[in-house]
Amino acid sequence: MTDMSQSESVSGQSKSVADAERTRKVKKRYAAERRFKFYGLLAIALALGALTWLVVSITAQGYTAFVQTKVELNVYFDPQVIDPDGNRDAKILSKANYAALYRKAIRQQFVDVKSRRDRRDLARLVSSGADLELRRMVLSDPSVIGKRVKVWLTASDEVDQFHKGAFTRDLPEAQRQFKDKHIGWYDELVKNGQIEAKFNTTLFTSGTSREPELAGIWGAIVGSFWTMMVTLLISFPIGVSTAVYLQEFAPKNRWTDLIEVNINNLAAVPSIVFGLLGLAVFLNFFGLPRSAPLVGGLVLALMTLPTIIIATRAALSAVPPSIREAALGVGASKQQMVMHHVLPLALPGIMTGTIIGMAQALGETAPLLMIGMVAFIVDIPGGPMSASTVLPVQIFLWSDLPERAFVERTSAAILVLLAFLIVMNFIAVLLRKRFERRW
Amino acid sequence: MDTAVVEPNSDGTEAPKGVIDDRGEPMENAKIVARDVNVFYGEKQALFDVNLDIPENRVTALIGPSGCGKSTFLRCLNRMNDVIDICRVKGRIEIEGQDVYDPALDVVQLRARVGMVFQKPNPFPKSIYDNIAYGPRIHGTVTSKAELDEVVRSSLEKSGLLKEVEDRLDEPGTSLSGGQQQRLCIARAIAVSPDVILMDEPCSALDPIATARIEELIENLRERYTIVIVTHSMQQAARVSQRTAFFHLGNLVEVDDTEQMFTNPRDERTQGYITGRYG
Repeated sequence: MTDMSQSESVSGQSKSVADAERTRKVKKRYAAERRFKFYGLLAIALALGALTWLVVSITAQGYTAFVQTKVELNVYFDPQVIDPDGNRDAKILSKANYAALYRKAIRQQFVDVKSRRDRRDLARLVSSGADLELRRMVLSDPSVIGKRVKVWLTASDEVDQFHKGAFTRDLPEAQRQFKDKHIGWYDELVKNGQIEAKFNTTLFTSGTSREPELAGIWGAIVGSFWTMMVTLLISFPIGVSTAVYLQEFAPKNRWTDLIEVNINNLAAVPSIVFGLLGLAVFLNFFGLPRSAPLVGGLVLALMTLPTIIIATRAALSAVPPSIREAALGVGASKQQMVMHHVLPLALPGIMTGTIIGMAQALGETAPLLMIGMVAFIVDIPGGPMSASTVLPVQIFLWSDLPERAFVERTSAAILVLLAFLIVMNFIAVLLRKRFERRW
Repeated sequence: MDTAVVEPNSDGTEAPKGVIDDRGEPMENAKIVARDVNVFYGEKQALFDVNLDIPENRVTALIGPSGCGKSTFLRCLNRMNDVIDICRVKGRIEIEGQDVYDPALDVVQLRARVGMVFQKPNPFPKSIYDNIAYGPRIHGTVTSKAELDEVVRSSLEKSGLLKEVEDRLDEPGTSLSGGQQQRLCIARAIAVSPDVILMDEPCSALDPIATARIEELIENLRERYTIVIVTHSMQQAARVSQRTAFFHLGNLVEVDDTEQMFTNPRDERTQGYITGRYG
């Protein structure tokens, strides 16, 4: 500014100096703007890059888990083994030694394998869960008994991994359990077209297992479902009513200020602390069952409450005062104003907040470890009281297992969890778009 | 025009210097009587000893520069100020002898009797029909659908909107133009059959043509309702009102017949404002 007044006092030549000065400043401003834009783009590119890397690496590791290698065997459903009395009693059928059937089938194919040890190893090309598959076949259709049928059976995880190329025959024999003789048998089966990768239904239909080829995430999904149900049923009504009361009815004084500060702080409490609280209160004090979705849901509800309350309050305060005045002006009571006008208008925002909160809860692991949802549970949970685990905990458990085949399954489970989260967030975005401000 | 107006200060009480208001006995056709009304927002006082009579079936205009307290006073009449936590009202406001601030009085009943139209048109984001039907519904003044239909029709008729929206009652109220929205809001206020309608700068967000229509409507409504209108425009006050009150810095400076006020103001502040020296 002082330059300007000086240059004014002189004039002529100094006027062009002032012009040059101004041009320089404009240029500087433009440059600053460009730089700022560049930083923004750079940040976005970095974030997108990290995200892409994450998704690509998980997908690259996990996509193979969606198929499972199967072995085709010519199984003779021997009546002597399955049903010696011939009366087709379901009890007897379900107790038969089905493992003997597929073992016999594979030994018949490789008649030149003689030693006891090799014969045992040969049978291990097929998953130890294959007997269940045969049993299921017989139970659903007993007419196969006495027939010779070509059946696709789940291969063992070593065959599966070798077939998918997780390791190759170049690997020194000492470093793999899948020995050269196994590879020989495998080659023979491949030559006959008896090995094929098929869609892995097991992954989506069964609970976890020690055998990777038999392990699925359905148990964890159902457990997550029950947990989320409990969380939603508890946190949504409590959260919304709390927010409505605090935002619309509560007097503004020191107490409500204190409550508000505490709610905001609660949102920042580490989740493991909620787990400890659940352990101390729900398990030890109230004696609720360990590993149950009910308790998991309660703990996650506590964790989700602040998210829902804060989102609901924001949505309520975004409803313009003119609508409130309009309602009050025609003689609506405060409660009618809230119920008829404010709450319906705030609902999309509330739903969005709730879905985001639920998505957060769905991915939560730490607090559930504290209340025993980390147990190894094979059965599909039947309800909120039965022992179960949840998806993220299942992922955590699988990531710890030594079998090579669990690596891809862990990644696949992560992909499924991510898919759920993306769907939930997508619904939240959709809701927000669909019910955008209408005033 | 209005011969019944009682001369201010006719009972001889001493008014503060320069304040020419309605203290003492109310005028004989007064619908609303306000005496010694003081309003505080927290520590700050917004109105000082306002004494004002509002005559029945007349339009009373409240004028004055921004922040003078005219809207505050208007909102006292149907207790819209209750919404503001820090707002306190002292003094007495009576509508036909009923104390508005009587703790036993049900504020919902009061607001059904004293309707309000706001500065910015604020229809509910619902259909035109539901906008008007909302009041009768919550007050339970109608018993059948046919009756409700009739109330909606007659309210639209009275607010001069019926012809324009007759065949699209189920369209959202927010799809109307600004002026139509404001008339919809008037229809909504009328639907609960109030005695008094308060209007808080109802035309400030409208164009001149829409404004003219609203003013025409106000003139028609005067036969049935007592209307109090806050306005920024002195021309508007002169056009639509029979009585005018001039507020300045929280004081009611002068109140008189509109004609009298605009031709021969007694207070120099009033004169200054209406001649455009400040405001």
